Amino acid sequence: MGKIGDIGFETIHLGHGSGGELTRKLLDSIIFKTFSNSFLDQKHDGSIVEFDKKIAISTDSFVITPIFFKGGNIGSLAVHGTVNDVAMCGAIPKYLSLAFIIEEGLKVSDFIKIVQSIKKAADESGVLIITGDTKVVERGKGDQIFINTTGFGEMHPKANISVNNIKEGDKIVINGNIAQHGMAIMSEREGLEFESTIESDSTNLNYLVADLLDKFGDKIKMFRDPTRGGLGTVLYEIANDISKGVTLKEINIPLEKQVSAACEMLGLDPLYVANEGIFIVVIDPDIEDEVLKLMRNHQKGKNTAVIGEFTNEHPNKVVMESLIGGKRIVSPLMGEQLPRIC
Amino acid sequence: MKYLAEYRNLEETKKVLNEIHKITKHEWNIMEICGGQTHGLVKNGILELLPEKVRMIHGPGCPVCVTPLNLIDKAIDLLEKGVIVCSFGDMIRVPGSKKSLLEAKALGGDLRILYSPLEAVTIAKENPEKEVVFFAVGFETTAPANALSVLHAEKEGVANYSILASHVLVPPAMEAILDDEFCTIDAFLGAGHVCAIMGTEEYEPLVKKYKIPIVVTGFEPLDLVQGIYMAVKQLEENRVELENQYSRIVTKEGNIAAKNVINQVFEIGTREWRGIGEIPNSGYVIKAKYKKYDAEAKFDISHIKVLENSECIAGEILRGIKKPIECAQFGKACNPTNPLGAPMVSSEGACAAYYHFSII
Repeated sequence: MGKIGDIGFETIHLGHGSGGELTRKLLDSIIFKTFSNSFLDQKHDGSIVEFDKKIAISTDSFVITPIFFKGGNIGSLAVHGTVNDVAMCGAIPKYLSLAFIIEEGLKVSDFIKIVQSIKKAADESGVLIITGDTKVVERGKGDQIFINTTGFGEMHPKANISVNNIKEGDKIVINGNIAQHGMAIMSEREGLEFESTIESDSTNLNYLVADLLDKFGDKIKMFRDPTRGGLGTVLYEIANDISKGVTLKEINIPLEKQVSAACEMLGLDPLYVANEGIFIVVIDPDIEDEVLKLMRNHQKGKNTAVIGEFTNEHPNKVVMESLIGGKRIVSPLMGEQLPRIC
Repeated sequence: MKYLAEYRNLEETKKVLNEIHKITKHEWNIMEICGGQTHGLVKNGILELLPEKVRMIHGPGCPVCVTPLNLIDKAIDLLEKGVIVCSFGDMIRVPGSKKSLLEAKALGGDLRILYSPLEAVTIAKENPEKEVVFFAVGFETTAPANALSVLHAEKEGVANYSILASHVLVPPAMEAILDDEFCTIDAFLGAGHVCAIMGTEEYEPLVKKYKIPIVVTGFEPLDLVQGIYMAVKQLEENRVELENQYSRIVTKEGNIAAKNVINQVFEIGTREWRGIGEIPNSGYVIKAKYKKYDAEAKFDISHIKVLENSECIAGEILRGIKKPIECAQFGKACNPTNPLGAPMVSSEGACAAYYHFSII
């Protein structure tokens, strides 16, 4: 066994996706060597796994530009994104599939960096990569690298997650500062570069979710991670799904100063900026204090805050009390948020 | 950020709002000129915190909204001819006669969204085989940067760069509104950032001629309520003055360096305003000396002329005659996904402000 990545090329070529010798070498010296486990080592067309409970499955494709950013890269993101989606179902993530679409010309050293981030993120999240795929497309037919992951998790025995369990007065709790990920990406995007130390919040949330379910069971009504579209869009969707209203207090929404300033400068509303390490949890109001205590003591929930609640007034509408006590609605994001003129 | 937290202070803002309630005895119509102020008023819920007698009327100060339809079609035409078109972000979703810049991009056009026109000059340098056009829209606020890009291109010898300019000026728009026989406006909140460039002095003649109070105002909640307070106080005391609420940014003479840059490249000329029509001496046109940087002179696009959508009442919205919710199409045939006009999709458009934020 040589060192990881010794494939005799500096860049990925079409041949690395041909299924032939080059593919084998790429897989053996990078993929199998990095992710080795009893499922993958069988080198079968797929993996056979056993579950004795209900399972949750979620899939996601990652096409982010730039592929490396402060606080992570497309690899770690591909793990966190899917692990969190499985966790939001009230499940304990166990396995991931991993598929690459690589544009020819990607540096092998970059690919290795991405693969190693995937390994680290998967280990930290307690999931195994059990099957995968690698394709290479011609230059110009992709954007360096796209990744798809599908996650499988066992349902937590105490989970009873459903929007239909939400009642008037239920509290909406968030585990930390919003808009970090989107602004970290924005700060490095071509044409918009600005200097900041904003890091993506990309992280796995499954252990915090499991702790909440262990302790509070069905008093937890639902989890949701506001990734694309941001907090505003997710709350709007939930309100509309169950025909209830949401009231928010702007002053309680955790937002880091530098992120707020960057949003200000670019003319973006942090409510619609993407997050990757943030989730909201809807809880019975009886357990508010205990939930806050548990979450604030967890590494992934230090800035936890109660940001609002559900109401039977103004159904289908999210109404936010502004910093100065006025009211505005929070509508869903339409298309992409665009930088403004002045 | 200094000057942000202070101007979002709940207690201070409440105090000023209370004062407005105390001093208001009569009914007043106050127009905020700038779309940024409209958004500040709606987004912070200030409109519902004001006394009923103080009615805010939303003005024409949305650069995207007043950019004529012709010009959007011209930009799209350039895009389809293989020109790299660079634009500020909020311009690209505005509907042209057939499609928006965003749709033209999806069909293969090379559209770049930028924050600074100087970056467009860099793109031109990096793509010497292509023509690069910056879609230079805006009021006096964006004119210095757009003019600077032309000076920069000349200094660097970048011949494949030009601007598609549609620069409009605030004072002539205010005059057009005041000259309208149906005008009911009692006072103006002046556009803070326009005045940061131009200063306050060019508003003095307007105050005198039309005997109307003007309070140059900022954009944060406390700025807005202070500006409204100062305007109401003048009206209740029967005073007619030019006042400056935004003195932390705005001076009497403005930014002289920026004005010099504008005057080097632009001169005052007739401009068409979307929804309002042509207003003499209402905008900047590129001086003869810099014609080679004028995309309208450089490319064969002068024949492009189209009619406005007759269902859109943007002209009445921009002149403050109607509010967005008084439009029959608002939120129905016209919404941010399928806009009939620019005010629904511009980040400073009054219709967008009501659609996204208003609880009414």
